[in-house]
Amino acid sequence: MLVDLAQNLLNGLMTGMLIAIPAIGFSAIYAVLRYPNFAIAAYATIGAFAGWWLNATFGLGIVWIILIAFCVSGLVGVAAEQVTLARLRPAGALTVAIASIALNLMLENAVRFLFGNDLRGFDLPIQPDWRILALRIGPQQVQNMLLSLAIMAALFLFLRYSPFGKAMRAVADNADLARLKGINPTRIAVATIFMGAGLAGVGGVLLGLDTSIDPMTGARILLSVFAAAVLGGLGSIPGAVVGALLIGMAEEVSLLAFPATYKTAIGFVAILLMLTLRPRGLLGERAL
Amino acid sequence: MLSYLLFTLTIGGIYALLALSLNLIWGGVGMVNLGLAGFFAVGAYATAIVTGAGAPVIVGLGSALLASAIVGLLVTYGTLRLRGDYLAIVTLGLAEVIRLIALNERWLTNGADGMSGIVAPLRSTVGSQAFNLGYLVFVSAVVILMWLLLRRLDHSPFGRAMKAVREDQELAGFAGKPVLRLKLQAFALSAAVAGLAGALYGHFQSYISPDHFQPLITIYIFLAVSAGGVGRPAGAVIGAYAVVAFLEGTRFVAELLPGVDPLQAAALREMLVGAALLLILHLRPQGLLPERIQPARKTRP
Repeated sequence: MLVDLAQNLLNGLMTGMLIAIPAIGFSAIYAVLRYPNFAIAAYATIGAFAGWWLNATFGLGIVWIILIAFCVSGLVGVAAEQVTLARLRPAGALTVAIASIALNLMLENAVRFLFGNDLRGFDLPIQPDWRILALRIGPQQVQNMLLSLAIMAALFLFLRYSPFGKAMRAVADNADLARLKGINPTRIAVATIFMGAGLAGVGGVLLGLDTSIDPMTGARILLSVFAAAVLGGLGSIPGAVVGALLIGMAEEVSLLAFPATYKTAIGFVAILLMLTLRPRGLLGERAL
Repeated sequence: MLSYLLFTLTIGGIYALLALSLNLIWGGVGMVNLGLAGFFAVGAYATAIVTGAGAPVIVGLGSALLASAIVGLLVTYGTLRLRGDYLAIVTLGLAEVIRLIALNERWLTNGADGMSGIVAPLRSTVGSQAFNLGYLVFVSAVVILMWLLLRRLDHSPFGRAMKAVREDQELAGFAGKPVLRLKLQAFALSAAVAGLAGALYGHFQSYISPDHFQPLITIYIFLAVSAGGVGRPAGAVIGAYAVVAFLEGTRFVAELLPGVDPLQAAALREMLVGAALLLILHLRPQGLLPERIQPARKTRP
């Protein structure tokens, strides 16, 4: 029993590390541009398919796949949002959110049009699980976790020390003040979307490495990503990471008590509880 | 051909009720309900379960109204104070959870197999053609009645207070309007209308399954309301029929394209739906029939 719990917590930690990457992307876009971006699902799917295609066609290694998938979904995101969402921003967050749902529908179906509905897996050697004490752990999962950690570290350094990262945090903190200080809001918006959509794409790749991909890959994790972001506090990047780890673990531990088909409902319950009891999230700002 | 037309018009009427439901909450209080498909499902399952147990259809319709309103209240009770984008996330999740429950609780909903044999009133006595015609008349009558009711509501003190909350909820609260209660009432009412649409759908199709309540329906209804004009019940109704015509029209066009398999054709149609919604938001955000805002009565100096 205790072993089961420990095993599920371990699995949850690893799921959480995967959800954290797109959740950071979602939160970054929310922090700077102030709308919940539903198209994050399609960006994750696009990244996953870009990575899969590179792997299947050129046999590229994992680091290259992640870098290129980041750029592909980042560029798709920038192009799509500049064309379809940028001009709607003055109309308010809700309008942009609804438009992002329409955008998500278009992008998801573009993937479906090109690749069909079939499940696809990355061409990776199958390795037996390691056994540590009584716990099972897959080499692939460990690799994903390390990749996820490396990405988070790079992101942290970027936001903390690069001029662009600093400007991004300034806009997130106080957009008007940032503009007065001479920070160009359009450039920051574009950079944020590139980063956010790119991270979603990388999340898609990591999920694809773990299981398999299809056009719904992104849509299936959307609720978990939202839950992670809401739990940590919308717009807070450290919050998104904490939220993702908590959601990942809650989802896996729930398997001990509920049928696996209810796993995605955990995210919803977490959102509902958090918003009812502490709307600003664990590390976030006011929600009222 | 005739039965296809009857079918399409009936579905149009059911979508019109969903559009009226969304318009009530979105155009009324300025909140969005991304879980519309979920309330639609709750209504359909409620009547299927109740009439399946032997209750008359009218009781089924009533329980659909009630069940959806209760689900709406339960879920939004704690979250209505929050900003609209939070409610959007909550309602999106709700629709997914309702679908999961319908899939998993086999004792109640028969799971993925769905519930068949839902009572179609009078079909066995009058035959299926006459039933389809009669049902179309019935659904259309419900749409007209609901439209009149909601138009009346818009001009009532309740409707005006709703729009005050939409425009500026702090100001409305300051003017003594019970903002939270208004939002709850509007949401419950809107959920009930969506549930009624679901119940009508269930009795029309005689068969429902979780697959009938995909989130895509919610997007169709958003398209309908934005196209018709947010805040105008007549616009929502016209928008809904227009969306059904658009969906059926693109079905035929997509089949004619050379070298496109059915899956790709379906993908193209959904892309068109997304593109249409984006185009409307950009080019004509006020919709086909813009909201009419009554000028305030002149006060004498």
